[in-house]
Amino acid sequence: MNKVVLIIQREYMVRVKKKSFIVMIFVVPGLILAMSGAIALIAKNSGQLSSQQQVLVKDESGIFAGKFHNVNNIKFETTGQSVSSVEKSIKKDENITLLKIAKDYKAADSVAIFSTKKPAIALTSELEKQLNDIAENDALIKHHIDTAILRSTKSNISLNTIDITDTGDKKSSVGAAAGVGIACAILIYLSLFIYGAQVMRGVIEEKTSRVVEVIVSSVKPFQLMLGKIIGVGLVGLTQFFAWIVLSIVASKIVGSSFSSPQSSMVGLLSALKTIQFSYILGVFIFYFLTGYLLYSALFAAVGSAVDSETETQQFMFPITLPLLFTYVLSVSVLFQAPDSSLAVWLSIIPFTAPVAMMVRIPFGGVAPWQLGLSMFMMVAGFLFATWVAARIYRVGILMYGKKASYKELAKWFFYKE
Amino acid sequence: MLSIRNIVKQYAGHTALSDVSLEVESGQIFGLLGPNGAGKTSLIRIINQITAPDSGEVYFDGVKLNQSHIDRIGYLPEERGLYKKMEIGEQMIYLARLKGLSRDEAIKRLKYWFEKLEMQSWWNKKIEELSKGMQQKAQFVATILHEPDLIILDEPFSGFDPVNAEIIKDEILELNRKGATILFSTHRMESVEELCNSIALLNKSQKILDGKVRDIKNSYRNATYLVEYTGEKLLFNGSQPFTLVEEKQTDDANVIKIKLTDGVSSNDVLQYLIPKTSINMLQEVIPTMNEIFIEKVNQKPALS
Repeated sequence: MNKVVLIIQREYMVRVKKKSFIVMIFVVPGLILAMSGAIALIAKNSGQLSSQQQVLVKDESGIFAGKFHNVNNIKFETTGQSVSSVEKSIKKDENITLLKIAKDYKAADSVAIFSTKKPAIALTSELEKQLNDIAENDALIKHHIDTAILRSTKSNISLNTIDITDTGDKKSSVGAAAGVGIACAILIYLSLFIYGAQVMRGVIEEKTSRVVEVIVSSVKPFQLMLGKIIGVGLVGLTQFFAWIVLSIVASKIVGSSFSSPQSSMVGLLSALKTIQFSYILGVFIFYFLTGYLLYSALFAAVGSAVDSETETQQFMFPITLPLLFTYVLSVSVLFQAPDSSLAVWLSIIPFTAPVAMMVRIPFGGVAPWQLGLSMFMMVAGFLFATWVAARIYRVGILMYGKKASYKELAKWFFYKE
Repeated sequence: MLSIRNIVKQYAGHTALSDVSLEVESGQIFGLLGPNGAGKTSLIRIINQITAPDSGEVYFDGVKLNQSHIDRIGYLPEERGLYKKMEIGEQMIYLARLKGLSRDEAIKRLKYWFEKLEMQSWWNKKIEELSKGMQQKAQFVATILHEPDLIILDEPFSGFDPVNAEIIKDEILELNRKGATILFSTHRMESVEELCNSIALLNKSQKILDGKVRDIKNSYRNATYLVEYTGEKLLFNGSQPFTLVEEKQTDDANVIKIKLTDGVSSNDVLQYLIPKTSINMLQEVIPTMNEIFIEKVNQKPALS
């Protein structure tokens, strides 16, 4: 057993010391930070103009003049000057815009704005809104309709969802749960692939460099396989841990620099708060570990059966298929119906459970027996997969220059110890 | 030291070893010979407990082979290789620790060997930065660092230039003098005659010959001699005490290969020839291991 620890140590250290590992640790949270920063910036600045805008209104219809109200950065001013004389002052100051309304404003092309640069969408949409409001009001008054009564008939309802739990009703957010679920599914899908492939590449490296023959004269092939799988798995956990720590730090920085209480941001944050993160994190780590153990054992068996990475295709396909299948379902069907029987079954079958369960968990509808059965199946699944993989692995790593077929893998499986 | 009894190993469709038995005595340099595919590597893997035989047993110092013996064996496989991206010093320590050495002990011994084989400057180099010959040297050190009682070398000289091959050969002999038993697999016969006390010859999964090199060679002596003489070419009429096998003429001498008649000694031949011509040399023709090897391998047709 001591020798397995040595192997774990080597597999871990070799990968952690790599430049690419250290780069990845900082690049991924860096990207998240940059993206969330960019989103926050866009959210903050869209709908706002960067500088004070002056709009000169030349109204020939007489309906609009004086009825505009100033908003945030837009100031309205009625002018009687001719268009040509206003154009001169516009040319001097790019923040001045002329709004010209023809006598018959309902005719085509009767309303126009003049400016030296392309006007911001925020400006044009504000102008359009006010123009329509004024015109509407004018029409209503002309037809003797009380605008106050009309306004009171309008409603603005947004739906709140409440979860009924033992501890009392609380506000939940379907949108946030779906977001977190899909994010978890993507993360677990990617990490099973990335770290499983690392195990496979490690096995191929040992096989092609022939170092495996020296190693297995000191340890049993199973110990080597186990040591490699655990070592790479610990690298994965280290990476997650580093990302979580850095992400918390990063989000603190982002949070404090965009602390202006934007209503949409506050809503998003409070929605996220309805999700039990520590519970999800615990489940995530369980499914990452068991899913990783299951898939990496299979990846190791594939690595042992080939002589180079290019030959892995035919064996990779059946392994990646269930993962890919669940992943595609997750981002399309599962998150819309997380408690459907399809979702329940997929979250119990070990090959599909890591992805499917991570989609379901944030919605909170997973019955304890489902979670228990699924976890039991995961453990049973990875033990079985490791057993099968080890039997192929021990023969495969010593077979050079022979292209293995499925028939051959089956034969290896039945070889005596 | 090593007693191999009735080993059978079958892979799907073919037999790698059929009922092979061998005795390797302690302190020997034992040559395991045979053409490619004879089953040498299969046998070595069984001794290393990399694979298990279908039937038969291996005894190590009288005890049935088990996990505790792994640390007492050093194995240099024919297919060499180390982790390419790993630094050589760290890698040697790792391999030694897998064989049960402590880190400190491994470093101490590595320092000794690196100095002895003039490898000190390589410590922090990655394997991929070393030449093929240097990698082989490093791997040889890794094989013997834990001071195994049994050293198994599969084609140890392949990949070495003559200078380094000589250095490695001397190290092998020294280790042997210090008490290590050496099992040496090869198909290069000249190194066998130089180094081995005993051999076993495998062909087509079966042992077809084994014993001490001297005994085997003696048993293949067939009273054949080479005689070189100067002067007139001799004519033989049948009254001579030997039969003529071959006759050759060089620039200044004649060489004949003769087979002695039963009961005749080399002295009798000299007595017969000396009055007739002037003898430069008389030498017994002892078959080389190479000749015995080829003869034995060709003699036995395939058995499957």
